[in-house]
Amino acid sequence: MALITRTAGALHRRPRLRLTLLLTAPLLWLAVLYLGSLSVLFVSAFWTTNSFTSEVVKVWSTDNFHELFTVPVFRQVILRSIGVALAVTALCAVIAFPLAFYTARVAKPKWRPLLVVAILTPLWASYLVKVYAWRLILSEGGLADWMLKPFGLGGPGYGLTAAVLTLTYLWLPYMILPIHTALEQLPANLLDASADLGAKGWRTFRSVVLPMVLPSVAAGSVFTFSLSLGDYITVQIVGGKTQLIGNLVYSNIELNLPMAAALGTVPVVVIVLYLLAMRRTGALSSL
Amino acid sequence: MEGMAIRLQGLRKSFGETTAVAGVDLEIRDGEFFSMLGPSGSGKTTVLRMIAGFEAPSGGRIELAGQEVTGLAPFERDVHTVFQDYALFPHMTVEQNVAYGLKVRKVPKAERLVRARKALAEVRLEGFGKRRPSQLSGGQRQRVALARALVGRPRVLLLDEPLGALDLKLREQMQVELKALQREVGITFVFVTHDQEEALTMSDRIAVFHQGRIEQVGTPAEVYERPATPFVASFVGTSNLLEGESAHRIVGTPGTYSIRPEKIRVLKESAEADQPEHATAVGTVAEVVYLGDATRFLVDLDAGGRLTALQQNLETSSEDVAAYRGTRVRLQWHRRHAVAVPVPD
Repeated sequence: MALITRTAGALHRRPRLRLTLLLTAPLLWLAVLYLGSLSVLFVSAFWTTNSFTSEVVKVWSTDNFHELFTVPVFRQVILRSIGVALAVTALCAVIAFPLAFYTARVAKPKWRPLLVVAILTPLWASYLVKVYAWRLILSEGGLADWMLKPFGLGGPGYGLTAAVLTLTYLWLPYMILPIHTALEQLPANLLDASADLGAKGWRTFRSVVLPMVLPSVAAGSVFTFSLSLGDYITVQIVGGKTQLIGNLVYSNIELNLPMAAALGTVPVVVIVLYLLAMRRTGALSSL
Repeated sequence: MEGMAIRLQGLRKSFGETTAVAGVDLEIRDGEFFSMLGPSGSGKTTVLRMIAGFEAPSGGRIELAGQEVTGLAPFERDVHTVFQDYALFPHMTVEQNVAYGLKVRKVPKAERLVRARKALAEVRLEGFGKRRPSQLSGGQRQRVALARALVGRPRVLLLDEPLGALDLKLREQMQVELKALQREVGITFVFVTHDQEEALTMSDRIAVFHQGRIEQVGTPAEVYERPATPFVASFVGTSNLLEGESAHRIVGTPGTYSIRPEKIRVLKESAEADQPEHATAVGTVAEVVYLGDATRFLVDLDAGGRLTALQQNLETSSEDVAAYRGTRVRLQWHRRHAVAVPVPD
């Protein structure tokens, strides 16, 4: 007991020692495992491969990056991946906003926690189960076909559209939650004040609600964008022949590790750029 | 021009089982500084919110400048509100906040800017236009809220306990400024407060609210000097009531009487009444409270009951007044200051 008290007292008098003890383990974890592997990735992207043996040759060269921008397939896949990530993000935002508005401001307060749980429930189910469910929905003669048939339409089948739809479904909760929180915290007084000064509903939405909730939309988009950009399993299951960056990385790992590393650098750079862009909206401070 | 800015008839509001406003009739004149005074939960803020259009009445009628507005939305009424917590838009600059109402009403940009600057000057906030509300002090935010509500020159300005969040010094300063501003712009102010002193110092007329009803409407002097009900007598100023048997014995006629503490003089027990129109009562000083500028005497009367008397400390010190505790005194007041208060059944 006395020892504990004495140790606690000693720690109390040495704030720097306290901080060291607190942060050493997590910082080591971060530095070695996370930043370490990132730098290995980045460095190995500048190596090359012996094209006969597939063995890595540790000779410095920018060929891989040069290829990324000149080989049409690579360029197409990179642009397609960014396009998919943006489309998923936009779809998520468009679907999430009215849903969050309902759960945060329209639904009776006693139902709200339940609705939030309902939004979160899909996150507890296995990723693969959900994607295979979508594979069934989108299959020929599946649920999508059956539902669209009365309108003379068919489902999208497997392909790019299917991948975007499935990814939108997967990441939607990450967009709803921050918007829900922002809308819930929006003071009712501000809406009253806007109406009091002569603004009708639409004007209040545009001039007060939207600007105040936008940082949270941006925060949600950080999730939907980066999760979509990094995904390669969904597209394998419902994407037909569609390839995204992740698929190229995966298929190059055995044959050309440095190329895979160069490809792997692309989403990292894109996401850093995306974060920088989102920082301007104040999204990062609302995370 | 003696028009009516606001007329309320049989106004009622219930929230589920609870009745917040239980039938309010009221007329507020053009250009008046009108206060709605009452404790929290007395219905004054709900009445204000119904005038603004934020709450729909459960019954009754609201007229603004002779036009019925009972069912109209807030944006269809020519009134603006200063909210208790100011409700400034945090994502806009001070100038944008002030100009918001003009922008909504499609006033051209150049004119908007000129008028916003002028409104900010009126509340002595020149040069603050480019700041965000978060960069301002409480008093400054209060002024921005005022400027924002005044810039559109509404017919009526509603103020919902606007000084409640300010500290005492600032509040007293704002009381004076607010009154001066109202005189300058000539707009009808409807001011909600639970602070009787605030209501007395600023208002042309006061309505005292209690349990969803109005107990009395009158000038500050009328409400203070001639309270219409025991509630008004106790809520406005210090409660000082003579009731029942002791009232009968001291005043001469049965009833309930209110005497304001500063109207009562504390004399020696042996003193005689100065003039025939003076009434007196003897008793024992139960407690003496030294207030700095004045001293409050709590006296238990021989005839029964207790009265509070307030004496200016012209020459007395705190040691002097402490010596009064437990002594016998005679209280004296002018008969007209014992105001009969009708007791509701």
